[in-house]
Amino acid sequence: MGKWTRRAFLTTGALVGGGLIVGVAIRPGHRTPKLAGLVEKDGETLVNAWVKILPDNSIRVIVPHAEMGQGVHTVLPMMLADEMDADWKTVSMEQAPADDEYASKDIVREFALPSQAPGMVEDTLNGVFLKIAQTMSLQITGGSFSVRGTGTWSMRVAGAAAREILIEAAADEWQVPSSEIRAENSYLFHDKSNKSEPFIAFAKAAAGKQGPTQPKLKTPDQFKIMGKHVERFDIPAKVDGSAVFGVDIELPGMKYACVKSAPVFGNTVSSIDSVAAEEMAGFIKLVNLGSGVGVIADSYWQAKKALDKVKVTYTENDSNRASSETMFEQFGKSMDAAIADGNEEDDFKVGNARKVLAKSKKVIEAEYRVPHLAHATMEPMNCTAWAHDGQLEIWAGLQNPLGIRNLLADQFELDRDSIVINNVYLGGGFGRRAMDDYPVQGAKLALALPGVPVKMIWSREEDTQQDFYRPAIMSRFKASLGVNGLPEAWENQFVDKHEPVEAPTIPYAVENQYIHYTDSPTHIRFGPWRSVDHTQHAFFTESFIDELAAQAGADPYQYRYDLLSHDLRARKVLEAAANMANWGSPLPDGWGQGIALHRSFNSIVAQVVDLDMSSGKPRVATVYCAADPGFAMSSDGFKAQMESGIIYGLTAALYGEINIKDGAVVESNFHNYKMLRMNDAPTIEVEIINSGDTSLGGGGEPGTPPIAPALTNAIFATTGKRVRQLPVSKHL
Amino acid sequence: MLEITVNDISYQLDVEPDTPLLWVVRDELKLKGTKFGCGMAQCGACTVHLDGVPIRSCVTPVSSVAGRSITTIEGIGEQSENQQTAKLDKKLHVVQQAWIDEQVPQCGYCQSGQVMSAVALLEKNPQPTDDDIDKAMVGNVCRCGMYGRIRTAIHSASAKLAKKIILIPSDEQPAQGSLSQTKAEGSINPTIAEGS
Repeated sequence: MGKWTRRAFLTTGALVGGGLIVGVAIRPGHRTPKLAGLVEKDGETLVNAWVKILPDNSIRVIVPHAEMGQGVHTVLPMMLADEMDADWKTVSMEQAPADDEYASKDIVREFALPSQAPGMVEDTLNGVFLKIAQTMSLQITGGSFSVRGTGTWSMRVAGAAAREILIEAAADEWQVPSSEIRAENSYLFHDKSNKSEPFIAFAKAAAGKQGPTQPKLKTPDQFKIMGKHVERFDIPAKVDGSAVFGVDIELPGMKYACVKSAPVFGNTVSSIDSVAAEEMAGFIKLVNLGSGVGVIADSYWQAKKALDKVKVTYTENDSNRASSETMFEQFGKSMDAAIADGNEEDDFKVGNARKVLAKSKKVIEAEYRVPHLAHATMEPMNCTAWAHDGQLEIWAGLQNPLGIRNLLADQFELDRDSIVINNVYLGGGFGRRAMDDYPVQGAKLALALPGVPVKMIWSREEDTQQDFYRPAIMSRFKASLGVNGLPEAWENQFVDKHEPVEAPTIPYAVENQYIHYTDSPTHIRFGPWRSVDHTQHAFFTESFIDELAAQAGADPYQYRYDLLSHDLRARKVLEAAANMANWGSPLPDGWGQGIALHRSFNSIVAQVVDLDMSSGKPRVATVYCAADPGFAMSSDGFKAQMESGIIYGLTAALYGEINIKDGAVVESNFHNYKMLRMNDAPTIEVEIINSGDTSLGGGGEPGTPPIAPALTNAIFATTGKRVRQLPVSKHL
Repeated sequence: MLEITVNDISYQLDVEPDTPLLWVVRDELKLKGTKFGCGMAQCGACTVHLDGVPIRSCVTPVSSVAGRSITTIEGIGEQSENQQTAKLDKKLHVVQQAWIDEQVPQCGYCQSGQVMSAVALLEKNPQPTDDDIDKAMVGNVCRCGMYGRIRTAIHSASAKLAKKIILIPSDEQPAQGSLSQTKAEGSINPTIAEGS
């Protein structure tokens, strides 16, 4: 924990990947009229930036992150309420406005080094608004960061600070030492004098007080809410149809827009023939978006039909001749050239792998590939925008509302204060909604029709073909084994280095390692896809270590176990997954097991797949998942994230493939971009290991990386066939 | 003008006849619980009931359901008049309650469709096997991958319904034969197989 300052009460801490996170807990400046104006309503008392006490003594927690099903709207209030000793039955939440007060921009500028913003921030955002802000924004929802970042460094500290301020106010009022006052269920008690009053009785006095310099946080044995199974706030509205997603925004006089962008990224509009479209019923306006066109009409269906009649030609360039095949050829050439020219970019080096490999009698080599992948959120991209009364108002599900606000101000040369962002539920995020293309389109359409609210909804085809894809990459391995069968040298060359930086590293003790990469960019735009680079690299490394075990004639579980003597925490996770799965016990004919272990976002996850190949086709019967996030703040929430991450990763491993032909994406909808469905969903068992590691791990992403190699390792165990290229449905 | 009945309310509509029912329900009737996911009956987010049978409203022209009765997610809860307030009390359907008990939804976007498919399944088959669930739910994609919880919730709703049925006198039991098995014109087979 970093140094507390006079001006602001801050916490700082190291994040995985060498980042630094700074969270504001409470500071007098946050009680400015501006902040109060943003979130304080009649009768409410803002105790600090993150918590309000309402007149009925209920507690309202202000959450700066987007809810996309990961449960952040519940787990962050749990963390604050527990530290505050609030009565959980009376706790509710509200979304923080997209405002600097709810980001750490100024704090970072003043107190931290901007260059130390977490890697995930730099990776998930376009450089544009990083340049504007020159900082990180705590309003980003991504990087499995909300609980371990905002939760740890803002919510818990704010809750503890609120409790201490209230106790101090009560001590003044009751004229007793604050050490004699205790808090419980939103009440303060002085047991000696038999006094008790609700929090609200001291709210006004507390809000005038300077916060504590360093509030005392609870230890896990004192937790009453954290770590428990708590029902999520957002679920009731999601079963009766009343939850409002971006696509559900309804405004008076609203019009509808459909858009179609150039199928080849980088192509721009060259000519537009809109004669037929303009004849269509309900047609209002055609808007040239530069990279494509949009049609605004009275209804969605009219906009869609009119758009279908618009004839657009686009400029072409070399990208129009690119395909998935040419890209992999390019990767191979880039990798060959890097080695021939000695241009390898070093990623990680220990010992001298090249030297050991050169002397080795037997070098084991393998090449792995993964294709591009789309996010395919259930809710297609959409944005409602309204340019009115000198304001530009936006409604959308966004993983970075504040960044979008900054970007729109910059791009359209608007005053930041004239832009209002209304963030709503996200019908899936997975990294896609950290990108900025759809709100920019929405804003362009609304600015073309001033005074009229315009709701833009992408078709599924547009959503599939205009994504920021998980990049296709490849990896080439070389390894040699020592006399004991364990690897003595490990060389891994891959194309394109992104975030998080540690994704290609292995947890195993291998004395000589050389991990290096070569940049080989393509015109296909890419972005963070659930766990970012970890899914590609975990498939590569956890498959190749399995190959080495096979070469050594060793059991794949035991082989990994033997290589983890230096990392007992990881070993325990591996062991737990194996125990859950009764690893090694007899299975029916045609069945097999595969195991994989990967650490990402500071959580360690091991998975075992029970695979049934008796019909000749892979059927994943059961996935056993052991996960150590240090401490799971919401037990069921964390479990749900593991389940979700597994299905997301299994969908990709079995079916996921975006192909490029003539520079454009081939797949278009769920009939050719296939999803895992109820009939092939495995049973999933999850065991959470609260190891107590003080640096918390994430939940949203770490469940995804191990599943693909656990599956392909099971295929190898069952059939002897090593799948080195995904998806399985195509390459088995 | 064409007439449709949605959640027991009759509407006269002036819309282009080829407009999919989905957009009529959402944008004309302002019932936003039914979601747009794919536009080609591949994901099930738009599932509603047509005379009790689940259909994909995104590919169902509104003209094809003229005069028919539609139920959306907003219409499946039980409504009863509160004697004291004279207002309608809305009670969750047993399937919706099971969805809460099992903490099924994550992002929640597909869940209206999932619930509608599950309700239709249990009306037709109150004691479904896992295989029955696979067949009835295969058309509903959940990108957050909550299939295991959906399956558990369907079984638990089924168990609750079984108890309920025992409590109801036999003449008030929901008659299984009352659900139409015939496909409506323009409707989509509820157990649409995945795309080829």
